Amino acid sequence: MKDNCICVLMVCCVCNTPLHGLDFFVFLCFSDVNSNSVAQKIYVEVNNTVPCVRLLNATHQIGCQSSISGDTGVIHVLESEADLEWPLTKGPNPPYMILLESHLFTRSIMMKIKKESSRIAGVTVVVPNTSPSEFSPHTTCPNENTGVYSDTYGPHLAHCNTTVWNPLGNGLSYEEFDFPVFSLKEDKQCYYDHNRVVNGSAPQYPLCAMQLFSHMFAVTDTATCMRRNDVINFSINPEMVCDPLGDFNVWGSIRPYNRSQLGHRDNESVVMAAARLDSRAFFWDVSTGAEGSISGFVTLLAAAHALRDVTQVAPPTHNILFAFFQGEAFDYIGSSRMVYDMQNGKFVIDLDNVHSLLEIGQVKRLVDNFQSSATGANFSLVEPGVSQPLPPSSLQRFLRAQNIPGIVLADHRAAFNNKYYESYYDNADNLNLRYPPNMTAEEQLEFLTDTAMALTEVATVVARALYKQAGGDGTQVDNIKADSKTVTQMLFGFLVQANNSWFQALIPPELKDMLSDPPDFYVGVASSSPAKAKPLTRLVQFLLANLTGTATNLTQDQCQKPDDLPDESVQMYSYLWVQGTVPHNGTEKGPFCVRASVRLSQALSPAFDLGEYASRNYSTWTESRWKFIKARIFLVASRDLEMLTLGVGVAVLFSSLLVTYFISTKADVLFSSAREPASAAY
Amino acid sequence: MRVLSCSDADMYEQCSVSPFAIGFSTVASPPRRKDSIKVMHPPTSNTTTFNWAFFWLCSLLLSSLVWFITVQISNKDSSSQQKGLLIFGVVLSVLLQETFRFGYYKLLKKANEGLLMLSSEETMPISIQQLAYVSGLGFGFMSGAFSVVNILADSVGPGTIGIHGDSQHYFLSSAFMTMAIILLHMFWGVVFFDACEKQLWWSLAVVVSSHLLVSCLTFQNPQYVGSLVPTYIIMFLMGLWAFVCAGGSLRNLKFCLTCKDKDFLLAHHRPR
Repeated sequence: MKDNCICVLMVCCVCNTPLHGLDFFVFLCFSDVNSNSVAQKIYVEVNNTVPCVRLLNATHQIGCQSSISGDTGVIHVLESEADLEWPLTKGPNPPYMILLESHLFTRSIMMKIKKESSRIAGVTVVVPNTSPSEFSPHTTCPNENTGVYSDTYGPHLAHCNTTVWNPLGNGLSYEEFDFPVFSLKEDKQCYYDHNRVVNGSAPQYPLCAMQLFSHMFAVTDTATCMRRNDVINFSINPEMVCDPLGDFNVWGSIRPYNRSQLGHRDNESVVMAAARLDSRAFFWDVSTGAEGSISGFVTLLAAAHALRDVTQVAPPTHNILFAFFQGEAFDYIGSSRMVYDMQNGKFVIDLDNVHSLLEIGQVKRLVDNFQSSATGANFSLVEPGVSQPLPPSSLQRFLRAQNIPGIVLADHRAAFNNKYYESYYDNADNLNLRYPPNMTAEEQLEFLTDTAMALTEVATVVARALYKQAGGDGTQVDNIKADSKTVTQMLFGFLVQANNSWFQALIPPELKDMLSDPPDFYVGVASSSPAKAKPLTRLVQFLLANLTGTATNLTQDQCQKPDDLPDESVQMYSYLWVQGTVPHNGTEKGPFCVRASVRLSQALSPAFDLGEYASRNYSTWTESRWKFIKARIFLVASRDLEMLTLGVGVAVLFSSLLVTYFISTKADVLFSSAREPASAAY
Repeated sequence: MRVLSCSDADMYEQCSVSPFAIGFSTVASPPRRKDSIKVMHPPTSNTTTFNWAFFWLCSLLLSSLVWFITVQISNKDSSSQQKGLLIFGVVLSVLLQETFRFGYYKLLKKANEGLLMLSSEETMPISIQQLAYVSGLGFGFMSGAFSVVNILADSVGPGTIGIHGDSQHYFLSSAFMTMAIILLHMFWGVVFFDACEKQLWWSLAVVVSSHLLVSCLTFQNPQYVGSLVPTYIIMFLMGLWAFVCAGGSLRNLKFCLTCKDKDFLLAHHRPR
């Protein structure tokens, strides 16, 4: 909270002790002395707030907004849906700040609140400890306008006419609220002390209130905010109002490509394997996507690892390219960008070079089938009929551009099995990631969970399929086996604790603080250089490099500038200096140089490069900027007391004016007895 | 020159201005012989007010410095020691302020004698009561500003005090206390200068001890009744005393209130 500072003469700060010695103040310029400033008596800052922010696309704005000076409301804890009567109609002290338990955070309650939003200052949702039985704030038909099905192509399959993919979706993430919605770890002590409604009668002042600040700069839609960005750039203080969403895709291949040769390659036919990296939730930056995306890309990473050895020994006919797309939750940002680059000769291959594409979607339920069989043998893969459309997947963007044979591997025939699609609850529990009790983090890292073993099976199947599809030697197929230890370590790192010893070993020393917990998978705003890519993206990059690349003997200097050496080429490979593992006999960590054909490619929607901010073909999602986001709790006084105090002040003012006038006009008379001796003495 | 006495600071920065000194320019114009001296008065009085405010600031700076040093070398964890240091600081501050007041009195006397020598007046251009009043005013103004601006700054905002259990009447009480202190400084100034003129040392002692008493009364907070009521009683008593020292009397007051002042002036051949 701001200090009470008055800068007088050369003195920096004054901190007021509570009326102790009004004559006497301490000049302090730092806060480590215990100063009871008035602001600390009034406000309690709430830490660890998670807001809902505003996102914009070509046609709409979604998310939440507060007014520029914050929204203040009297706290009301909602006990049930019927209790909404009090803040919406009956309560005498509007506006109200509604505090919801997570099981009450439903569409019907939020829509009711939205309708009567003149009496509502905001909504706070208490961070839950356990997941509800089902909850998905996403729409029922994800990415329906940017897939391959449209009114001109398969209209009976478009817009979920045949299959509703996410039937549990309530669409809250895509609604617009003109009040702030925060997620807080709330304790309700203040409410119980001051605001309880007893027998239907209004509680007495002073009342407990909360103020939420989450003012968003951007309005209307992407075209408007990008236009305002351009206008503002000409002013003296350029300040952007919104930023496009995006990040970087991670891709790697079995045989390297020269990155300076872009566009079509003659006689090159590549089998692509794809997975998505990102996910989202209603609140900003707290998404995990365990079933939605992690299960998919961990499987693909394990498959890539499994293929490393066999492709050295018996290389397949076609090359295999692994692609991990970012931003797929927002109208396929990553995959649409890669397709665009391929179409325009800005990628190392183009669409004609793509032989086929295998995509790994949500594969958790394949896991369940596995767990039911005791011996852990193969599971069965079933192909639904041709009347079944493709689920929302990156393959759809490739098909939109060109007819490419493709497969999406998923655990659902029609609707998703995921009950928490794109929500905060799609976490480790959703994947049934269980560890025995009383284990340290390092022990948990090494422990082989059931989930890991099952995903390993899936990875093995995927690897073998890719190898066969790429025309590899049939006799080698049985040697391809995914490593369950790698899978379990990856699952632990992405879902439980990213800052563990295995992940630390894979990343460069200068990035060792990048691993923060809990890990989050929201795509975020695009950055211009790969060095500023999201930590998750960089982690996947280093993982893929370590799992598919080779360790070399290069020194650190040689790793920075490998072109000086005769056999190495920065055009073909990327050279990464990583920390290395601690050997088991406890000696120093050994950093080394990894050579891998793994690269980052930009995942920014082509709409922004083309300037088509109202595009219907590409993703146009942007995120608004804001100044600060915070919440604080305090007591508010009744209006009557405020008016009384004002009245008293005005009365004192006028009476003192009158008295002064009286004294000044009658001064000669009033003080006359002193004048005679005074004028004589001097 | 205005004295800020602020009551209410919840959502409205309303300061009731009690401009006792708005009429000062009319008060400070006794009979003149030369017009040039008449022109000189407002600057002198203005300068005096702000000079005194500066002197008060110096005294505060000095006492704060001493307190700061003692806090640094003391044991920060012992709350009784900190409380003791606070009391020591308050007493020291009061004594320093009164010392500076005395010093300023001496300075003003010398300055006025010098001014008298330069001009060809027989009487002082500004009477010592007026000087006392202006000095007290400047002092009170500065003290009031320091008392209240901090609290005002934090009162802007939707919240009020109380979430940690403090009393709700913090703002109101501090506003009234500030008003009392400002008026008290004015009265103390008048009485102090008068006592110095007439060499009445016991009056001086009473002024200093009442200042000490009022400051120490604030340690009663948050029992605001316990600190405000005695302070206001002392303020009224000091006000009466200052009124008498400045030359007022019950008779004069009666004349004014019954509108017989004009007759009084005519009878004494005194122009208004």
